[in-house]
Amino acid sequence: MRRTLSSSRRALILRGAALAACTAALSACDRVGGPSAQGFRGIDITGAEFGRGFALPDHTGSLRRLPDFGGQVVLLYFGFVQCPDVCPTALARAAEVKRMLGPDGRRLQVIFVTVDPERDTPQILAEYMAAFDPAFIALVPSAQQLAQVAADFRIYYRKVPTGSSYTMDHSSQSYLFDPQGRLRVMLRHAQSAEDYAHDVRLLLRSA
Amino acid sequence: MKPLFLACFAAALTCAAVAQAQVRIHDPWVRGTVPSQKATGAFMTIQAEQDVRLMSAASPVAGVTEVHEMVMDGDVMRMREVPGGVPIAKGASLQLKPGGYHIMLMSLKQPLAAGQTVPITLTFQGAGNKTFTQKVEAPVRALGAEAAAGHGAGAAHKH
Repeated sequence: MRRTLSSSRRALILRGAALAACTAALSACDRVGGPSAQGFRGIDITGAEFGRGFALPDHTGSLRRLPDFGGQVVLLYFGFVQCPDVCPTALARAAEVKRMLGPDGRRLQVIFVTVDPERDTPQILAEYMAAFDPAFIALVPSAQQLAQVAADFRIYYRKVPTGSSYTMDHSSQSYLFDPQGRLRVMLRHAQSAEDYAHDVRLLLRSA
Repeated sequence: MKPLFLACFAAALTCAAVAQAQVRIHDPWVRGTVPSQKATGAFMTIQAEQDVRLMSAASPVAGVTEVHEMVMDGDVMRMREVPGGVPIAKGASLQLKPGGYHIMLMSLKQPLAAGQTVPITLTFQGAGNKTFTQKVEAPVRALGAEAAAGHGAGAAHKH
């Protein structure tokens, strides 16, 4: 009796696994080669097994979780303030994207996660976000939280000494979550504000 | 005899000064900062009239100034001080711009607001390994006002 039960359970598990594999294969079709079925200009990562969410303090000290931004597209970017080049370029582009969306700009929430919590205090981050858009949010993880969230979003970061100071090597891609809080698109740093705005519009329209 | 000697000497100095105009600087700018920020980048185009090598930079607004190169390794941004300087061939231009080389201003002594001008002294090695300096006055651009220059920064602009 026990054996039958366990074998039928096994069959159920196998069927579940087969279904999951089919779904993965289907969503992989979107991803592999050429433009995605959705027409994103970034990489379609719908159904990704990583980056399901976050729970981190922001630059005002409030705990922020992904579901707090339901109904909005979230643009998530990892960087640091003492960064002369890619980070301000990425944030200026995000501000530009928001302007390009017009009234829908309110439905885009830009979130910056610092990879340099040692130097990026909440105060610096508040000043820094305000320089681009007062509505941008910075998340300030502890060193341990940073290691977790970076691993979860497949973000590489490393402290590199330079003279008497240090800089940070880090991944420069941006992620887009749809208004239901699902991770959908990865955009590269080399892509334009038009590309970013295009994908944000698609996600807002599909909501 | 003496005045003639002095005149020759002065002429020689002038010649030296003319000979030192080995580079021309175009469109210098510095990215503005927020009050607590301690580092930013300076950008410009350096046109070389002779074979030169950009060795170092200095600015009174920064405690430490280095010549850096930003490279994209896949999607990872890496930034390094350039060892041994950056060579610029006669007639060529070196662009210091987002997505490539920049002058890294660190340990800033004051915030840099749009409209200010930052003096920067570049040190080059020219003909015969002689070093010379070139002063630059770089206007500060607002931190958040630079979206257009960021377009296609990276692979798209490689030649």
